[in-house]
Amino acid sequence: MSVLSTPSSKARFDLVSALKRALLAALVAFGLFSLMIGVRTHTGSNGALFLEGRPGLLAIMVGIVFVSTLARELILGERQIELRSLVPPALTAPLQILPKLAAPALLVFALIVPIIFYQNRYMLDLGIMILTYVMLGWGLNIVVGLAGLLDLGYVAFYAVGAYSYALLAEHFGFSFWICLPLAGILASFWGIILGFPVLRLRGDYLAIVTMAFGEIIRLVLLNFQTLTHGPDGISGIPRPSFFGLPFNNEPGGFAHTFGLHYSFTHRIVFLYYLILVLALVTNFVTIRLRRLPIGRAWEALREDEIACRSLGINTTNTKLTAFAMGAMFAGFAGSFFATRQGFISPESFTFTESAMVLAIVVLGGMGSQIGVAVAAAVMLGGFELFREFATFRMLVFGLAMVLIMIWRPRGLVATRTPSVFLRSPKEVDAEDVRRARAKSWSWRRARHD
Amino acid sequence: MNAPSATTGNTPMLAVRGVKTYYGNIIALKGIDLDIHAGEIVAMIGANGAGKSTLMMTIFGDPRPREGQVLFEGRDITGMPAHEIARLNIAQSPEGRRIFGRMTVMENLQMGATVTDNAHFEEDLERVFRLFPRLKERVHQRGGTLSGGEQQMLAIGRALMSRPRLLLLDEPSLGLAPLLVKQIFDAIRELNEREKLTVFLVEQNAFHALKLAHRGYVMVNGLITLSGPGRELLQRPEVRAAYLEGGRH
Ligand SMILES: Nc1ncnc2c1ncn2[C@@H]1O[C@H](COP(=O)(O)OP(=O)(O)O)[C@@H](O)[C@H]1O
Ligand SMILES: [Mg+2]
Repeated sequence: MSVLSTPSSKARFDLVSALKRALLAALVAFGLFSLMIGVRTHTGSNGALFLEGRPGLLAIMVGIVFVSTLARELILGERQIELRSLVPPALTAPLQILPKLAAPALLVFALIVPIIFYQNRYMLDLGIMILTYVMLGWGLNIVVGLAGLLDLGYVAFYAVGAYSYALLAEHFGFSFWICLPLAGILASFWGIILGFPVLRLRGDYLAIVTMAFGEIIRLVLLNFQTLTHGPDGISGIPRPSFFGLPFNNEPGGFAHTFGLHYSFTHRIVFLYYLILVLALVTNFVTIRLRRLPIGRAWEALREDEIACRSLGINTTNTKLTAFAMGAMFAGFAGSFFATRQGFISPESFTFTESAMVLAIVVLGGMGSQIGVAVAAAVMLGGFELFREFATFRMLVFGLAMVLIMIWRPRGLVATRTPSVFLRSPKEVDAEDVRRARAKSWSWRRARHD
Repeated sequence: MNAPSATTGNTPMLAVRGVKTYYGNIIALKGIDLDIHAGEIVAMIGANGAGKSTLMMTIFGDPRPREGQVLFEGRDITGMPAHEIARLNIAQSPEGRRIFGRMTVMENLQMGATVTDNAHFEEDLERVFRLFPRLKERVHQRGGTLSGGEQQMLAIGRALMSRPRLLLLDEPSLGLAPLLVKQIFDAIRELNEREKLTVFLVEQNAFHALKLAHRGYVMVNGLITLSGPGRELLQRPEVRAAYLEGGRH
């Protein structure tokens, strides 16, 4: 008897639990949707707001959640879904070999973009924007990816860089090429200013304080009217010149000097290559630093602060240099931003920017250079792609991010490349070690001598 | 007293004098006195929460003691920043190994050499590999993927890379199988006998620690209750009752 009845009772039990779960999901959906979908605000003819209830639509949405949850429970039951299988292999396969081939391929592609898209202003602008974020991502990667310091106020240094250039140009008439290093220095100075109070903080607490720092800088820019013109921003920021040759249609301009027909595109292409070079410098410096004691100390700090101290690493200096270096590159990027836009205001430096850059770093795989570049392209490219969806853009975007994080929980490129290699693990001879040493530690030796 | 090579006269290599350490208002060390002479292995045993790690960390600069002094070769190093203490050729392998998980074995060992001169890096590396051949086989493996025993070897190896004159080890046997514990302790003995390295060892594993050590201290609730030659302490009924009977492994 009991043997025979077991299957049916189990099936009944499953139906009940599935119903329960579906009901729960529907309740949650009702809670969420009642404000998002159930009501809508309208502006009446007299300018007053009034609410319109949409119970029908709400019921349909909640119904969809209920039915789909029920279906999922009944079809899959207790079986676990392999979430990774949701991403088609055709999409993941090329990305497996990505790290090896991607770097040279991407670089070549980045170099020829202005040639391919010479006639396409939109693509050039998109390219410039992506490269700006690649650079910001690489800069923040020093702080978050290498040193493991969660910085949610990175945009502050971007703003410092932009305003440094704008104000120095406005008041002293300095050119872009003089302001660029100054902006970097000023931003890294502010990086150290932020670094001091947060020396003892880690994780969540650090995140909160850095986020507040970002907001403070923005509010200062907004309210320090006499210096920054407040919400009106600064306009008429000088455009960069080609090492002294302005991009205009006059004798002595870039086009005339090189015997070209004047075109507006010259400047765009120049800006493109400018940010490409700036980004590549950021990348190059980071890669070099990673092999030096300071870069190694950053990574060790990310892994374990107490161990660092007991090995004789000055964690205070290590943290401050990480903040300063990261901020410096944001400062460079900021002054590039100012010269490209010709106009800046505090609105360009909201928390959203910090979040965006952080998302790029996390998505890219915390510490991976190529990962950050790919993530910036994917995110900003995706943003543009989904522009059609208007209000649903963020939704689609969020979904895409969730899927990526399910598929690659540690970022697109999660493998960390060691900074020292020996020929073969089994036969470490002194020669190998010497070479590895000479390569990576020569800087320190030089400093000690 | 009858320490094997008390050739340095009367000044101990490390002296702890009346140290009291607090966490907020809670007292963790209630006045500790301790001497470590050059060439000795000194063990500190005590139950979980006795204050052993606190003592180790106090010696290393953080937390600072509220009272008392830590002297290294007669020099007052109380509350000196940890990274400066490391420069005095004192190395510490903190509790829980704390190796750098995402870095390779090789990189971990390089981090250990932070405070030393580069000139003898290869030599020091060979020395660590001779002591723990297992590490040599795994130079490119990420630290986090090593087994517990290998991680402990790496933690000790990393500390040795700084050419310490005094090595502080906090519970090197923690969470290791008996065979591995023996291996680690043999390595410590070898270091001491062959290179005259001075070792201060903090352990819950009283049997192994006291067998190895020239002298030992017993800590209970932030106070030292017993001290003496290691083998002698092993015979003491109160030590046997509290730390050995039934707890040999
Ligand atoms: N960071 C801390 N803050 C407050 N109390 C602590 C801290 N670390 C240790 N303690 C307390 O100090 C005492 C000694 O701890 P510890 O030195 O870790 O002991 P042991 O290493 O002998 O197991 C314990 O009561 C512990 O709870
Ligand atoms: Mg302890």
